[in-house]
Amino acid sequence: MSAVLPKPVPSRGYGVAFSTLLRKEISRFMRIWLQTILPPAITMALYFVIFGNLIGPRIGKMHGFDYMQYIAPGLIMMSVITNAYSNVVSSLFGAKFQRHIEEILVAPMPNLLLLSGFVAGGIARGVVVGIVVTATALCFTRLQVEHWFTTIAVVILTAALFSLAGFINALFAKKFDDISIVPTFILTPLTYLGGVFYSIDLLPPFWQQVSLGNPILYMVNAFRHGMLGVSDIDIGVAFTVILAFCAALFTLSMWLLKRGVGLRT
Amino acid sequence: MNALELHALTKIYGNGHCALKGIDLSVADGDFFALLGPNGAGKSTMIGIITSLVNKSGGCVRVYGIDIDEDFAAAKSLLGVVPQEFNFSQFETVWEIVVNQAGFYGLPRDRAEAQAEKYLRRLGLWDRRKDRSRTLSGGMKRRLMIARALVHEPRLLILDEPTAGVDIEVRRSMWDFLADLNRGGTTVILTTHYLEEAERLCRNIAIIDRGLIIENTTMKDLLAKLHAETFVLDIGSPVADAPTHPDFAISLLDPTTLEAIVDRRYSLNDLFSFLSAQGISVVSMRNKANRLEELFVNMVQDGTRASGAGH
Repeated sequence: MSAVLPKPVPSRGYGVAFSTLLRKEISRFMRIWLQTILPPAITMALYFVIFGNLIGPRIGKMHGFDYMQYIAPGLIMMSVITNAYSNVVSSLFGAKFQRHIEEILVAPMPNLLLLSGFVAGGIARGVVVGIVVTATALCFTRLQVEHWFTTIAVVILTAALFSLAGFINALFAKKFDDISIVPTFILTPLTYLGGVFYSIDLLPPFWQQVSLGNPILYMVNAFRHGMLGVSDIDIGVAFTVILAFCAALFTLSMWLLKRGVGLRT
Repeated sequence: MNALELHALTKIYGNGHCALKGIDLSVADGDFFALLGPNGAGKSTMIGIITSLVNKSGGCVRVYGIDIDEDFAAAKSLLGVVPQEFNFSQFETVWEIVVNQAGFYGLPRDRAEAQAEKYLRRLGLWDRRKDRSRTLSGGMKRRLMIARALVHEPRLLILDEPTAGVDIEVRRSMWDFLADLNRGGTTVILTTHYLEEAERLCRNIAIIDRGLIIENTTMKDLLAKLHAETFVLDIGSPVADAPTHPDFAISLLDPTTLEAIVDRRYSLNDLFSFLSAQGISVVSMRNKANRLEELFVNMVQDGTRASGAGH
C-alpha cells in the first residue's frame, strides 16, 4: 500500500461540485414549477389588472410614465426578491429537515462552495421568475430598457442579496414556521414600502427620510433607473448600498458556516 | 499506514454532556473493524466528528495520515459514510441521488454516471434507478445509501448500523457485499447492534461505553475472554427435572428443553457424556445467545456497575 496518497480533489473538482449543486437546485425548483414559477406570474397579472388597468388611469402619470409602466419594474423586482429568498430558505431548510444536507457536508466541499451553490440557485430562480413576470408585464404594457448593464447587474445583485438572507434564515430555522416569519413580517412590508407602487417624492419629508432606511427602496429604484431611466435615488448610492448589504450578509454567512451554526452539532 | 487514527478525541455538547472523553483509536488499512457500544455510548458522535457532521471539542482525527483540520478536502475524499438514518431527498430519483453525490466529490459527469451504474448494478438497484427514493423498500433504501457512499470509491467506508431493519435475506446479501468490498482493499468500520454481524465480518473490535473505549482488541482475543457459553438443548424424551452436575448449571426450560451453561474448561463432549449417562439424548442444540453478545452485555453491565459504585 502506498504511503503517499494522491491529492484526491483536483481544483477542477470544485467546479464540478459547484455545478452539481447548482443543477440540483435548479432541477428542484423546476420540478415544482407549479409552486415556484407559475404563482408569481398570476400574482403579477392580477397586480397589472387591478393597479394598472383599473386604478392606474385615475392616478395619471408618474415621472412622465403611465402608472402601469412605472410600477412594472418594481413588481418585477418584488418577484425577484421574494423568489430568490424563498428558494434558498426553503431548499436549505428542507435539506436540513430531511437531513440530505449531510450529502454535501460529508463531501469535500468548502463552505464557500456550499454557500455559492445555494446562492446561485436562488439567483437562478430569481432571474427565471423575473423573466416570466417581465413577459407577463409585456402583455399589459410597453417596457423598455434604458441601461442594460444597470438592469442586469441590479437583478443579479439583488437576487444574490436575498439569497444570502434566505440562507441565513434557513441556518437558524428549526421548524417550518421559522422560514415564513421573515418573509411575512419583514420582507413583504419592506417591499411594499420600498417604492414599488409610488415615488417617495409623494411622501411628506419625514416619511421620505424614513423610507431611505429601507434597503429595498434602493434596489427598486436602481432597477427602475435601468429600465425607465428614472429613480428617486442616486444610482451610485443605490449600488453602494446593495453591494454593502451583499458584503455584510456574505461575511455573516461564511462566519456562521465556519462555526457550523444550524448545520453541524 | 493506519486508515484512521483518533487521538484524545473529545466532545462536550452545549448542554455540558460529555459524549466522548478522550478517545484514542487506530484502525489499520484494509481492516474490517467493529465499533460496538450501547445506545448513547458515543458511536454516532465519533462517526459524526470523523465525517465532519459534528464539531469536536478537542483531539485530532487523521484519515490515512491526513489531519482533517489541516486538509479536510483530501481527508474527506478518502471517506465514505453510510449513516444510521435515511438522509436522502425523498423527491429525487435513485439515479439523481447517486450521480449528484459523485458530483459533490468532484467526479466529472461521465465518470459519475459510470460509477453510479457500477454500484447500482452491484447493489441490485439498477432497475429502480428512475424511481423516486421514497418508493423504495427499507432494504433498498439501505442499499441506496451504500451505493451513494461508494460512488467516489472511498478508501475508508464507515457504516453506522447499515442493516438495521432489513430482513435476514437482504442482510446476508449485504454482508457478502461488504466482505467482498473489504477483500478488494476497502477498509470498513462497522457499528451494529447485530453482534452476529460483527462476529462474522470483523477482524478487530472496539467497544465504547459512556464516551470511553473499554475494549480494543482482535475479535479472536475478545471471544477467548468468554468464560462460559450457554446452550439450549432439545432432548428426545421429556424429563421431569433437570439433571444436576457440579460443573454444569443445567436448568429445565420445558419437559423437552434444557439450558446448560458450559464453562470453557469443559468441552461439549463432557456435557453430552454426562447427559447420555443420565439417559438423555440430545436431538439438537443451539447457542442461547451470540458469543459476542454475551461478552458485550457482560462488559457493559460491568461498566454500569463500576460507574454506579463510583457514585
